Amino acid sequence: MTVFGYRLPAMSSLLVWGLLWEIIGRLGLTFFIPPLSEVIGTLFEIIGTPAFLKALSETSYAFFSGVTISIVVGIPVGILMGKSRLLDELLLPWVNIFLSAPLTALVPVLMVLFGFGMTSIIITTTLFAIWIIILNARAGVMQINRSLVEMGRSFGASPLDAFFKIYLWAALPEILGGVRIGIIRAVKGVIIGQLLISIVGFGALFELYSSNFLMSHFWAVLIVLFALAFSISELLAYLERRVAYYAAKR
Amino acid sequence: MKGIIVAMPQTEATMKKQTSAAPDSAVSVRNVSKNYGTVEALKNLSLEFPRGQLTSLLGPSGCGKTTLLKIIAGLLQPTSGRIEVNGAEVEGPGPDRAFVFQDFALLPWASVIRNVAFGLELRGVAKSERESIAERYIRDVGLTGFEHSYPHELSGGMRQRVGLARALSVDAQVLLLDEPFSAVDEQTRRKFQEDLLSLVKHENKTFIFVTHSIEEAVYVSDQIAILLPRPSRVSEIIRPTGFRHKDVDSIRRDPEYLDIVDQIWASLRSYVE
Repeated sequence: MTVFGYRLPAMSSLLVWGLLWEIIGRLGLTFFIPPLSEVIGTLFEIIGTPAFLKALSETSYAFFSGVTISIVVGIPVGILMGKSRLLDELLLPWVNIFLSAPLTALVPVLMVLFGFGMTSIIITTTLFAIWIIILNARAGVMQINRSLVEMGRSFGASPLDAFFKIYLWAALPEILGGVRIGIIRAVKGVIIGQLLISIVGFGALFELYSSNFLMSHFWAVLIVLFALAFSISELLAYLERRVAYYAAKR
Repeated sequence: MKGIIVAMPQTEATMKKQTSAAPDSAVSVRNVSKNYGTVEALKNLSLEFPRGQLTSLLGPSGCGKTTLLKIIAGLLQPTSGRIEVNGAEVEGPGPDRAFVFQDFALLPWASVIRNVAFGLELRGVAKSERESIAERYIRDVGLTGFEHSYPHELSGGMRQRVGLARALSVDAQVLLLDEPFSAVDEQTRRKFQEDLLSLVKHENKTFIFVTHSIEEAVYVSDQIAILLPRPSRVSEIIRPTGFRHKDVDSIRRDPEYLDIVDQIWASLRSYVE
């Protein structure tokens, strides 16, 4: 964007909102919003503390386990659904129900089934992420050009070769899109899990800070979480752009 | 009328080649029928494809010529009847046949050289070996210098050259071409047709060529099978003989060429809506 002939760098709108935050904070309108400078100060204070690092490792462990399960299970299931009419008929209603269901309401059920530990948190994360990954992989496979499939068959591709050398690549733009959205949903899933199931990780920090009215600590952790989610999502968006050159011309 | 029109192509082929009882057919289609539900796409169709020659399947749209080609390729199963390639029955796709697709069917994420070598890659040929073979065919189709380009960087004509090079590089005896020039512009198409003639002359392969262009069929074919629709059958077989040895520039002015084009149009006219 250009303003008065000057080219603004990307994300410079953040400066405006940051400034507004600082002003409102300094006016002391509500304890809920401390000045941004104070939040950032707290951020650097807590970022190296054992409590923070423990929370980070607990949350990352649950997050990456859930995301890995979602990707490793979701992509093949989606591809198989796209290839097999029977599987598609069987599974599609469930995928659609779970995609739109209020999953938070299911968390107590998971606690009954899987206990109050890490397992339930990982399953919650997976449930948030996996459905959109399945749906996008399915959509990606279903739009594969028929003559590309025939090409593989006529040149004698084995089922394994056809999968890894043709279908996976031909569906990759959609698959990456699904993984990106799935990961964003997994961030929600892991925090909800940690708030509702057992108070560990960042969920525990949020609980601790908000119940003690440590608002600048609260915001500092939230900013860290935003930054992590944003970076991962941007990494995926970068990978999507890498395959964009053929996405439009398949 | 100088074109020889025969009801039984086997007889003519036998006389011409002076072979013994069995005519030298690379591909035989024997009583093939194909039904889609209650719709008869092909009905009891028989056809011989002489070795080392180019046979066109020509007909109005919906006459089942692409269906027949895909059955020969093994991509579709006939409802009844059989296909033989070099005397062996076709049960699916095989290394004796290579397919050139109407919409090229290239891997958009792979470079030209990987696309050309892809048939060999699927057969497990080592990378250095398949790339040196691919390089040779890339040169043959006139794409030297584009080895590391991607399909989206090439024109339609160049993409089909990649598709052709891929089919040539697996060294199949039978090349199946499904309206290969219909998605390229007129001038490129003419160049392709000339190149195809020299390919038929220099590569010892059997070409089966589906087209809806009468001029194109007469220009490139040793044998033209005219298919009529609903249900599809071979209505006649035409073997242009007089101008086949002439050079590419004089064919379109040859009286026999013009006669055959007119004659085919006369028999197809009533089937065009």
